Parts: sequence; C-alpha cells; structure tokens
Amino acid sequence: MATVVSRTVIPGFGLTLGFSVFYLSLLFLLPVAGLLIFTLQMSWADFWRAISHPQVVASYKLSFLASFAGATINAVFGSLTAWVLVRYRFPGKKVVDALVDLPFALPTAVAGIALVTLYSTTGWVGQYLQLWDIRIAYSEIGVIIALTYIGLPFVVRTVQPVLADFEKELEEASASLGASRWTTVRRVIFPALLPALLTGYALAFARALGEYGSVIFISGNLPYRTEITPLLIVAKAEQYDYQGAAAIGVVMLVAAFLLLLLINGLQWWTNKRNGGAA
Amino acid sequence: MTDVSAAIPAKTLLKATSEPRWVRYSLISIVLLFLSLFLLLPLSVVLYGAFEAGLKVWWQAVTEPDAVAAIKLTLFVLVIVVPLNAIFGVAIAWAVAKFEFRGKTLLVSIIDMPFAISPVVVGLIFVIFFGSHGWLGPWLQQHDIKIIFAVPGIVIVILFGTLPFVARELIPLMQQQGKDEEEASLTLGASGWKTFWYVTLPNIKWGLIYGVVLCNARAMGEFGAVAVVSGRIRGETNTMPLHIEVLYNEYMFTAAFAVSSLLTGLALVTIVIKSYVEYKDERKHKTA
Repeated sequence: MATVVSRTVIPGFGLTLGFSVFYLSLLFLLPVAGLLIFTLQMSWADFWRAISHPQVVASYKLSFLASFAGATINAVFGSLTAWVLVRYRFPGKKVVDALVDLPFALPTAVAGIALVTLYSTTGWVGQYLQLWDIRIAYSEIGVIIALTYIGLPFVVRTVQPVLADFEKELEEASASLGASRWTTVRRVIFPALLPALLTGYALAFARALGEYGSVIFISGNLPYRTEITPLLIVAKAEQYDYQGAAAIGVVMLVAAFLLLLLINGLQWWTNKRNGGAA
Repeated sequence: MTDVSAAIPAKTLLKATSEPRWVRYSLISIVLLFLSLFLLLPLSVVLYGAFEAGLKVWWQAVTEPDAVAAIKLTLFVLVIVVPLNAIFGVAIAWAVAKFEFRGKTLLVSIIDMPFAISPVVVGLIFVIFFGSHGWLGPWLQQHDIKIIFAVPGIVIVILFGTLPFVARELIPLMQQQGKDEEEASLTLGASGWKTFWYVTLPNIKWGLIYGVVLCNARAMGEFGAVAVVSGRIRGETNTMPLHIEVLYNEYMFTAAFAVSSLLTGLALVTIVIKSYVEYKDERKHKTA
C-alpha cells in the first residue's frame, strides 16, 4: 500500500514504517476488530436488547447531557481563561497558565476522590452548599462537575494559540471605523476564534463521554439516576456479561469515531481559517 | 492598508483596542475563581488529606505492604510501556516526517484513536481478545498463560492507552524540522544510525523528553482500562490508582490520600517539565 514517491538518501523507511504498522496492527487494529467480530456473533435482537435496556438508555442520557453541560461550561470559562492569559498581565500568570494542564496530568482516580471529598456534605465546599440545600455529591450535578474538571484544558489550549496569533491590526481597523469595543469583540475577534473554540468543545465533549475514574466516586452510581455508560460496561464485564458489555462498547466506539471525524473536520476548518498555518 | 495607528493618538488607540480597567479586573477575578474551584481546591484537598495526620502516618501508609506492592507493579509497568511507546513514537515520526507515502494521513489519524476511545472500552477490548470467553482464551488456558486478571493484561492496556503520546509530540516537531540536516550528514558519509544519533536526536531531544514524561504520567495514572482487566487482586494486580480506589472504598481516606499524594507529586513534576520545555522552545524561536 505504501510506496515512496520521491527519492531520498535518508534510510530506514521500510524499518520505521514496517515497525509502526506492525505495532499499530497488533496493539490496536487486531483487538478492535476482535471486539467488532465478537459483537457480530450476537443476533440483532440480542444486540438491540442489550443496548436499549431502560437502565442503559438512562445512562446514555446522563452521559450525553452531563458531557454536553461540562463542555458548555468549559467553552464559556475556557475562552475567558484563554483571553485573560493571552491579553492581560497579573501576578502569578505563568503558574496559573501551567496549572491549566493539571487535569491532563493528575490521575483520574485521584481527581475522583478529591472531588467527592470536596463536595460531600462534610467537605470544604459541600458543607456550605448544603446550607442552601444544594447537593452535589451523589447527584447529576456531581457528574457535571467531574466532567467539567476533566475537559477544562481542551478549550483553553485550542483557543489560546489562535488568540495569541490574532492580528491586532484587525481590531484597530474595526475601532477606527467606529465600532465599540464590544462590537469588535463580538463581530471581529469571536468569529476568528470560533473554529478553535468548537474544536476544543468537541474534544472536551469526547473526553467527557468516555471518562470513568473521576466520575464514579462523586456520582454515587445510583441506578437509572447517576450511572454513566462506562460504569455499566465495567459492571457488566464484572458479572461476566461480555456480550452485553461489548454491545454497549460498540455503541461508544461508534460515538467516539463520529466525534473524531467531527474534530478532524473542525481542525481542517481552523487551519483553513488561519491561512494554512499551525 | 494605510497605517491607521499613525493618525490616531496612542492613548485613544489603546483605549479602543483594550477593555476598561473594571472589565479587565472582573474578568481576571472570574477566571481565577473558576480555576481555584476546579484546579487549586482538588489539589489542596489531596495534599491536606495526605499530610493532615502527620508525616509519620503518611510514611506508614505509603510503606504498608499492599501499597509497596502497588508502587512496585506500577513502576514495573512503566519500565516496559514507556520505552516501547517511545521507540514506536520515534519510528513512526521518522517514517511520517522524512518520507512521502500513500496512506500517510490515514496512519496519522489512526494514532489519535486511543485518545478518543473510552478507557473502559479499551479494557473490554482486551478482556474479549484474551479472556476465557474470548478469542485466544482457550489456547492461552491450554498453555497455562494468564493475561487477563494478571500483570501482562495490565501492561497491554496501558501500552494501548499511552500509545499516542510520544508520537504526537514528535510528528509535528520532525515535520517542521524537515530533512535537510539529515541529508547533509548522510551525503558527507555518516551512517544512518550515526546520523540519527548525532543529528536527529539532539534536535528532537526536548520533544522526546516531554512525550516520555506525558506517557509516563498517563501510564502511572491509567485507571478505567486497568480496572476492567486487573481483577483487583490485592498485592498482585493492583496498580497505584486501583489501590487508591480500594482504600477509599474501605473508608481508609488518609491512606488513600497518602498514595494519591505520590501521584499528585508526579503530576506537578510533569507540569513543571512541560512549562520548561515550552520555555526552551520559545527562546529557540526568538533567537532563530
């Protein structure tokens, strides 16, 4: 399938490409194909029953809506964070900038027990919220909090470089033509950021949809209420119901694949907008 | 376009392309409040929980036999996973950056797939592939090889989950650097390995280090996939994150936070190295 198009003195094409393809096939393509073939052995009725059980459907709804809510919160606050980090100066800015990556670096299980400890009724935050009768741990809001946390870096890190490269002349032109600052932000800057913002949004959403470790502690895993879809897969696998688990797994794989296509499309749009750079 | 800025007094221009002071200060405050709530508080609660009862209790918690077994297993996994994925990353980046071939775009987008797949599904994929009900299960059982609910399974799912990290750092970096330096070295008679060792490697050093650090952090923290394949046998197939879960579920919060503090320390080191690599990169661009 792969042929060298242009001649070059550089060696190692066969070795590096061969090893990469072999490694990817063995570790990735073969096992994923295994899951798909395993699911194909199920009858359509069994497959449909496994993926449309009311408890499973309730988990899709929660996973989808909570991921959506988390990604939306991140779109708003992530853009603000990127704006503040690029445009303003304040003490400790470098530290704040570096800390944005924490959800990427901190293991999800650690984040999970930290969040539930903060938001339980005796926790640092939870005890005050309880005074207003707001419960976060073991509720849908807890799931949203965890998914917001896990997706936090995406929007910041996609919007930040585009904003940093944004040409100031465009703003000056807009202002000199009589636009107010708010109009300039809304009609000149925001449209330029939109592709990057949507990419970050989709990345945060995709990550949230599959997330497990940071959610299961704070959600409390109440059936039909705070069970996310990945939790049901683990539960079914632990009961050795591999067919049921595989069927739901395939649904999640398809969702992940569609999101990846969307993200690639958005990135292509971002690059086109920025004149092919980046 | 004529230079509009020349016709307008500097102060007016600044005012027109910036926000009033109260807007700036409120935006900074909102962002800092949001980040404190989501980043600083979780970090603080882990460290507070770990050291609340004193250093001695912390030390006991991280040196207790099951914790030591979990730490050892995690380190053992790292020693296998990180070098393999680093070699893969360098190999695929070399192929993609130095050569033109058909299917390149497809190959690069396949690398991203492990990021998009839920860790839980990753675990499931391998349980089905190797498990007793799965494809290779009966054959493995006949030959008395245990992969699922044993250490090899843990190694494999972590290998899968951290597959892209080094590759994703190196591909754009090596594409940007092109192949002129390597071609010069080879034309002057250096061997392929020598060229890689003395020309390519110094150029990609920081990107490689950062990729390895990220791969390392993710490998130590991988949870969902390991939870499916490990079987949670105490002292045998519990990695550090799984051990934390076990402790938490047994209401041993101080011990859970003590083990967490080790992983948190690693996360902070990862972030510091990332900032340092970016700082180096920025300086290089400025001097270049």
